Amino acid sequence: MTLSRDQVRHVALLARLGLEPGEEDYYAEQLSRILEHIERLQQVDTDAIPPTAQVVEVLPVMREDVPGPCLSQEAALANAPESEGGFFVVRAIQEPDPG
Amino acid sequence: MPEAGEWEAVIGMEVHAHLKTASKMFCGCGTDYLGKPPNSNVCPVCLGLPGTLPVINRRAVELCLKSALALNCEIQLATKFDRKNYYYPDLPKGYQISQYDLPMSRAGWLEVDGKRVGITRVHLEEDTGRLVHAGDRLESADRSYVDLNRSGMPLMEVVSEPDLRSAAEARDFAMALRGILRAVGAGEADMEKGQLRAEANVSIRPRGSEELGVKTELKNINSFRALFNAVEYEIKRQARELEAGRKVVQETRGWSEPERRTFSQRSKEVAQDYRYFPEPDLPPLAFAPDWIADLKGSLPELPAARRERLVSERGLSEYQARLLAGDLEVADYLEELVRLGLPAQPAANWMIGEMLPRDEPLVVAAAETAELLRRLEAGAINRDQARAVLDQLYETGKPVVELAAGLEQISDAGALAGVIDSVLAANPTAVADFKAGKEAAIGPLVGKVMQATGGSANPKLARDLLLARLKR
Amino acid sequence: MTDLYALTIGELAPMLRDREISAVELLDAHLQRIEAVDPKVKAYLRLTPDLARAQAADADRRFQAGEAGPLTGIPVAIKDVLCVEGVETTAGSRILAGFKPPYEATAIARLRAAGCVFLGMTNCDEFAMGSSTENSGFYTTHNPWSLDKVPGGSSGGSAAAVAAGEAVFGLGTDTGGSIRQPAALCGVVGMKPTYGRVSRYGLIAFASSLDQIGPFARSVADAALVLSAVAGADPNDSTCFERPLDLSQLEAGVKGMRLGVPKEYFEVAGMEAGVRESVEQALAALQGAGAELVDVTLPHTDYGLAAYYIIAPAEASSNLARFDGVKYGLRAPRTESLLDTYLHTRREGFGAEVRRRIMLGTYALSSGYYDAYYLKAQKVRTLIKRDFDAAFERCDAVVSATSPTVAFEIGAKTGDPLAMYLNDVLTLGGNLAGLPGVSLPCAPAGGLPVGLQVLAPQFREDVALRVARAYEQAGVRAEVASVA
Ligand SMILES: [Mg+2]
Ligand SMILES: [Zn+2]
Repeated sequence: MTLSRDQVRHVALLARLGLEPGEEDYYAEQLSRILEHIERLQQVDTDAIPPTAQVVEVLPVMREDVPGPCLSQEAALANAPESEGGFFVVRAIQEPDPG
Repeated sequence: MPEAGEWEAVIGMEVHAHLKTASKMFCGCGTDYLGKPPNSNVCPVCLGLPGTLPVINRRAVELCLKSALALNCEIQLATKFDRKNYYYPDLPKGYQISQYDLPMSRAGWLEVDGKRVGITRVHLEEDTGRLVHAGDRLESADRSYVDLNRSGMPLMEVVSEPDLRSAAEARDFAMALRGILRAVGAGEADMEKGQLRAEANVSIRPRGSEELGVKTELKNINSFRALFNAVEYEIKRQARELEAGRKVVQETRGWSEPERRTFSQRSKEVAQDYRYFPEPDLPPLAFAPDWIADLKGSLPELPAARRERLVSERGLSEYQARLLAGDLEVADYLEELVRLGLPAQPAANWMIGEMLPRDEPLVVAAAETAELLRRLEAGAINRDQARAVLDQLYETGKPVVELAAGLEQISDAGALAGVIDSVLAANPTAVADFKAGKEAAIGPLVGKVMQATGGSANPKLARDLLLARLKR
Repeated sequence: MTDLYALTIGELAPMLRDREISAVELLDAHLQRIEAVDPKVKAYLRLTPDLARAQAADADRRFQAGEAGPLTGIPVAIKDVLCVEGVETTAGSRILAGFKPPYEATAIARLRAAGCVFLGMTNCDEFAMGSSTENSGFYTTHNPWSLDKVPGGSSGGSAAAVAAGEAVFGLGTDTGGSIRQPAALCGVVGMKPTYGRVSRYGLIAFASSLDQIGPFARSVADAALVLSAVAGADPNDSTCFERPLDLSQLEAGVKGMRLGVPKEYFEVAGMEAGVRESVEQALAALQGAGAELVDVTLPHTDYGLAAYYIIAPAEASSNLARFDGVKYGLRAPRTESLLDTYLHTRREGFGAEVRRRIMLGTYALSSGYYDAYYLKAQKVRTLIKRDFDAAFERCDAVVSATSPTVAFEIGAKTGDPLAMYLNDVLTLGGNLAGLPGVSLPCAPAGGLPVGLQVLAPQFREDVALRVARAYEQAGVRAEVASVA
């Protein structure tokens, strides 16, 4: 399994990772080598095997619907790179809500 | 190519509704965020700060299950949460905790305008924050502002089958769904407050065809009226496109209320790929069948059943029953009036005509409304007087006995004779008009009599007396 | 008298209790030691002396008031992925520079309540991704036993701090071996508890289904003590429950115990002869102490690394999406659009290894590849868990080397990600199967520490620690490196 430069570009955009010119080749080569090792998974017959998402038995716990304290607006914004009037501020949004 | 008007619309709905819990979906922040200063109803969890973890709100699960049961869904006893990954500044973790391949419920139906509309699934997720744009149009603003007060609100998603065939059906579906949510106590589902958000998937096809056309997804719809208008517009737009030999492009389209049109929200970006996978921070859920049975047993009478009963037991018309049964509290109010001895028909008319158009129609105690209607029915006061008393009831909250004291309808012909004489003398033009065959001229004359008696005359009697004098 | 910085909790606690020394004196001894050796070791990213002084003074007040516990006044080194309220916590990454959490990790809050003294935040591979601490966004930590060698990773800073006498104990996190491997390379005791034993609340996530918090110490008893202080249910972590933890039989020895020796773990690629010999000696010592050695097999060992390098990056790609320059941390300057902000912030903020893993994980979850990679890896994870279940039918614990190699030269593997990943080949099975594991020093090879790993069934930390303690008594003890 090797990754093409186009695939690298697509994955990098999906993950919102900026690439410098020439980095597509670097990542294509490195990721392909790792995927080559990972390819061995295909040798294992897993047709009858269920997937494990949580390996320790976890109980279906839920919490009671009781409100607790919130942070102050000041504390909520304390780590923000940019804020104004109680809001976090970002660059103009040109893309529609993808949700 | 079919003729104009030969198209059939195929519409499926995706509705998101806030659930009426005290705390958010996965953290302890309260849910009454509306009107609060931005970013003051947040905690490390719903801000998505690193290292924080979600914990499931049991009440939200319960309300989602009750809604699903009321929508005749099959409950999935084994269910789980998944992560839906995408980037947007109102989504603080870079993923939304939602449900993907094992939703809480599937395969239900909701009756809309006498027909069963399939419910594909009802599932639970968390809401995003809110973006405020500096300019009124997205493109013209150079900065956007993020408020995360809404982030993590419990959100129920209801997906319908593409069983709807018109804008009216789409709107009625959303209204019927609101009725269900209110009936089971799951939420207020007020569209204007953003508690119910409806998206419509719309496509058209030649009538008679079984194939599905290319669909568009309509967003930013903030009222039932907007839902109707947006779907109606989109159906026509798609027909125009196809009739002009163009194609419908699969895309998301926004509804612009001021421009009354849908517009493309297509981005220059790569196609979405949400990379769903099981949320490793949450346990899979396993519902006890007993719990589900208890929830089912606890469901109140639902709007459809209530509507039928209002027709069969109370003798209301289908139209009246539909207007009153959509909201459980409204229907209860009517039944309380009937229990207090009022005939159902006039009580229903009074509620529909005089009370429901008001902001908070039910704040007046049923006993007071009953007292008022009894006086009206008995002819002790006239309709205008009753309306005036109702206004004061809403304003002052004083009892009807006090507000209506001294109000008496003049129903005595002798007491009105003098007034009739002076009104006829003072309005010779109207009298002449009437005599020349313009029967409508009687209206203003009755109005003058009412005016002269400070509104206390029995209008029917006044009219009869005027007619008798004029035709003499 | 031995220097205060070289003592264990077990030795210090009675001295503090009897007021032979004060917590403030103990803190000063550590701050001096840090000043002397940390310019060479570089275990810490930032020190918190003001906080530590206040905590030490409070500890002395508690001793006076008779309110002290076994950890009161003990100085601790904290891995930079564990949020300490109000203290800059960065996960070793430039993208979080300046981030001060307004909340505290549950494990840290428990240590705070127990009266521990917080020395500072220790270096680690960025977001705990690495096996050498060379992926830190700030600088590389040096192995106290040989300064041109790596300390292991990702919790290399905490391991080196404990090995160099710059803390009495440390906290680290282990996603694929990140406590046990650096413990092995630095010659200290390191423990990864069962998944779900210690709350992950406030641990800046790498891979949520694998991450666990655990202690570094210079004795098995110290590690056990710290474990009992941080373990237990937390209403803020839905994967952490109250489960029995009885450490009273720590000294009971291994007589009659069956220890499984998985042949696959002795045949992995790159296994050094010195490591192998040292571990075989240790097995013989355990046998001498009364344990029975039994052969067990873990047939899917060859697939562990591949499964791990799908699951962990996939979860990481999602966990690290929140670092977008909006709410906290770095934002790239002068960006034209929102998309630009994302692309540049995440390009400038993340190092090469983190970007590599985010890409790998994004790819494994992306449309069309989910089944072939992510789902497949989850199924292989089931098989690996079953391998261990079957092995534990035949034995009480599984013993092996912790790492196939001793500490290697700084820079030796940075150009070859796969060679670096192979460091974790003996530890990541424990994470995939959720098992508790201890690494403790056995005989050095070529003058460098070698780690012996003991894996036990889920929630049997008592078994793993008991075996470790038996070996500690019969074999090698952790010591403080002189740092030459
Ligand atoms: Mg949704
Ligand atoms: Zn919150």
